[in-house]
Amino acid sequence: MQVSMSVNGEEVTEEIEGRLLLVHFLRDQLGLTGTHWGCDTSNCGTCVVWMDREPVKSCTVLAAMAGGHDIRTVEDLEQDGFLDPVQLGFMQCHGLQCGFCTPGMMMTARAFLDRNPDPTDHEIREAISGQVCRCTGYTTIVRSIRWAAMHEAAGAGKDAP
Amino acid sequence: MTTTERVTTFDDNDQQPTGYGRMLRKEDQRFVRGKGTFCDDVQLPGMLYMAILRSPVAHARIVAVDTMAAEAHPKVKAVLTGAMLAERKLAWMPTLANDVQAVLATDKVRYQGQEVAAVVAEDRYSARDALELIEVDYEMLDPVVWARTALEPGAPVVRDDLEGKADNHCFDWETGDEAATAVVFASADVTVSEDMVYPRVHPAPMETCGCVADFRSFDETLTVWCTTQAPHAHRTLYSLVAKVPEHKIRVIAPDIGGGFGNKVPIYPGYICAIVASLMTGKPVKWMEDRYENLVSTAFARDYIMRGEIAATSDGRILAVRAHVLADHGAFNGVATPSKYPAGFFGVFTGSYDLEAAYCKVTAVYTNKAPGGVAYSCSFRITEAVYLVERLVACLADRLGMDPVELRTKNFIRPEQFPYTSKTGWVYDSGDYATAMRLATELAGYAELRADQAERRARGELMGVGVSFFTEAVGAGPRRDMDIFGLGMVDGCELQVHPTGTAILRVSCMSQGQGHETTFAQIVAEELGIPPADIHVVNGDTDNTPFGLGTYGSRSTPVSGASAVLVARSVREKAKIVASGMLEVSLHDLEWEKGAFTVRGAPFRRVSIQEIAMAAHGPGDLPPEVEGGLEAQICYNPENLTYPFGAYICVVDIDPATAQVTVRRLVAVDDCGTRINDMIIEGQVHRGLTDGVGMALMEILAFDDQGNCLGSSLMDYLLPTALEVPTWETGFTVTPSPHHPIGAKGIGESATVGSPAAIVNAVVDALRPLGVHHVDMPLTPSRVWDAMRGKPSPPY
Repeated sequence: MQVSMSVNGEEVTEEIEGRLLLVHFLRDQLGLTGTHWGCDTSNCGTCVVWMDREPVKSCTVLAAMAGGHDIRTVEDLEQDGFLDPVQLGFMQCHGLQCGFCTPGMMMTARAFLDRNPDPTDHEIREAISGQVCRCTGYTTIVRSIRWAAMHEAAGAGKDAP
Repeated sequence: MTTTERVTTFDDNDQQPTGYGRMLRKEDQRFVRGKGTFCDDVQLPGMLYMAILRSPVAHARIVAVDTMAAEAHPKVKAVLTGAMLAERKLAWMPTLANDVQAVLATDKVRYQGQEVAAVVAEDRYSARDALELIEVDYEMLDPVVWARTALEPGAPVVRDDLEGKADNHCFDWETGDEAATAVVFASADVTVSEDMVYPRVHPAPMETCGCVADFRSFDETLTVWCTTQAPHAHRTLYSLVAKVPEHKIRVIAPDIGGGFGNKVPIYPGYICAIVASLMTGKPVKWMEDRYENLVSTAFARDYIMRGEIAATSDGRILAVRAHVLADHGAFNGVATPSKYPAGFFGVFTGSYDLEAAYCKVTAVYTNKAPGGVAYSCSFRITEAVYLVERLVACLADRLGMDPVELRTKNFIRPEQFPYTSKTGWVYDSGDYATAMRLATELAGYAELRADQAERRARGELMGVGVSFFTEAVGAGPRRDMDIFGLGMVDGCELQVHPTGTAILRVSCMSQGQGHETTFAQIVAEELGIPPADIHVVNGDTDNTPFGLGTYGSRSTPVSGASAVLVARSVREKAKIVASGMLEVSLHDLEWEKGAFTVRGAPFRRVSIQEIAMAAHGPGDLPPEVEGGLEAQICYNPENLTYPFGAYICVVDIDPATAQVTVRRLVAVDDCGTRINDMIIEGQVHRGLTDGVGMALMEILAFDDQGNCLGSSLMDYLLPTALEVPTWETGFTVTPSPHHPIGAKGIGESATVGSPAAIVNAVVDALRPLGVHHVDMPLTPSRVWDAMRGKPSPPY
């Protein structure tokens, strides 16, 4: 079957099998390998992308279901050569180690901060509780997201590297 | 040697040090953009995909494997079976523990999830489809599921492939002095005994295991992109197993999405992918799914332990004794130095100055997946620390002594280092009492006890748990330690370019530890070249010197030392070049970071960058150097390094639901000289999270038929952000006397040290209910049973 959708602002039309998962469509067919796959059961969240600005676990969405929708991946966080404050926060606060869960974490964090620009630490923990990180122990991820919230408010995000 | 102490914060993370200190990670630039290259990101032209058919049962004889329908699938390019591999003498492969393991089963399947056949197809979905078309006729056998009954007469024999094998005994190993220990126990005022199980758990890195094997028939070269923590060891083993000459094999470990020991062994899937590429002439990719990762790859722990401790009535610990029943699964596939079949469990005497110690380990085969040494265990020091720290807690309970006081009274004292333990381990340096005191100060220990008394009076269940650990990390030296006959040493190669930037090639392999940053900092500290100007290469056997890789917290102790020494070697060459440039003799030169100056005339100086240009330039050089500015070394460590730490955990237990909440966990670590505080803290945080996972949630459980009950992340529970507190850390610095910069390993410290603190806290909370021990995982149902006076082992 044929599917058309917007991926990171570009219209794509591809021939796919009806059973193809969105995560494999993005990774294998479009070469957007920033989105990762980590479990079969929607537990780990390393595959989180946005569908119409809502975070979804792309291992549990068929590519066919994404037809006609606006898909955004980690590759779209950086805009015009400027990293998103969430990306800067993860770098500044050591919010990543192996980097495997990081794209999903950042996509969830970005969507969360768009809804709740001044969250408490507990709200941040709840927001990322559908995702697993085996490296950081989460304290630095919470700090990273808080860093992003603070620097967004101050408009400083675009000054850093 | 001095010990300094400090409380850590995350301020000032963005400094750009010229050597050690907080420095943001170089590798983050690609990871935050989604531009890391993990194994499954590798795409090659014409690449095929492999999927593995696994046994649905724990123990059965294979009667027939029918692959005809699978082969007829239009997108299938090859089907591999055990019989086919047997023709190539590849059905079995050696394990890292000098046992053998089936690549694809020929005679029997010996655990649920064992590899039976493999399909290679044009895409990953078709490969999976074709697995469904393979028919295997199994004749069911009774499984050996439980280690406790594996040695009973009449038990089915798991390893009937081994000639003359009539039981499930794997090995016996002992250490210490049995008779001397018995004498001490016989005359001690107080002895305490406790049975405890360290359950089977799994490292479960976020990225599963996999590879892309690419054999080119025209020049007979094999390139394997592989999720490996030890690329050079893998190359040697692939050569021995697949019979491809080693110089024609290149192993590339791309970015690794977490390892924790899970990515040390050679797995059947790697061999199958290599064979599949040999057969098809195409690149073949194999990536596990999560089920495969959990049921078939290196598990961890699975030690059933009886520990005993002897002491005087005033709290002087005299001796520790341990008997262990170890479940090694169907094949002895532990990745541990070959003279140490029980890993470094021999450090079970912990941080205490004892009169005697003895331990015996009996290992058995069962119908479960192979493994045992993984999950940041420092070669089984997790089990050893858990044993002794639970015993000390039980002793404190028996004596009515405060657990901090009891530990402090028995610590090996600073002046006793180097200290030879009763099991022969030479602890390099330590100041345990200082670390313990800092932990009590950070935690507010006295206030916590007062808070606990008040809450107890109100009927609340609050516990405070203490643990103190000493690790032995950084294997070799090579005379004592090898894996599969390969001495445990690490190489390093440093080239300074004409323009004064540099490239460092290391044999260890980062799985997230930030080697590209810390190793640049190590060289920067020695040469004064900014870390930003030093490119670190790892994970490519064609482009790095030989070495044993990253596991057992050995990167900083071994490869780190190697990086220091190679930089010093370059500095010596630079000095000779400088003497020519400045026209002075060598002993007239002084090193100030980044430049040589003339003694007494500091304005006469040449920077390392100027020296690098001169070393590559057209002019004459002093006769002692040939030109260029580079060096290569191989570092054979003199001894292990012995990091240590003091952990205090505070838990609350809901009396109505038995739910345990970790309110606080305070960790004071000492890893000697610190290279990058930010990265060290990250390593500690990770291990503390492992501790909460293992203590409260994680277990690879099995039913009586040998079905794995922890085969997905819905059943094998990993901590999320909601199960763990905000970590509190501090540190002391007691340099290692034998490491060139005094550094020790840190990667596994918190995984090793924290489970006992958490379990001790839970038992402390339940003490008013008469509870003296509960085995991990401390799930609500298991804690509930303990609260009702019916604690039980998990198996």
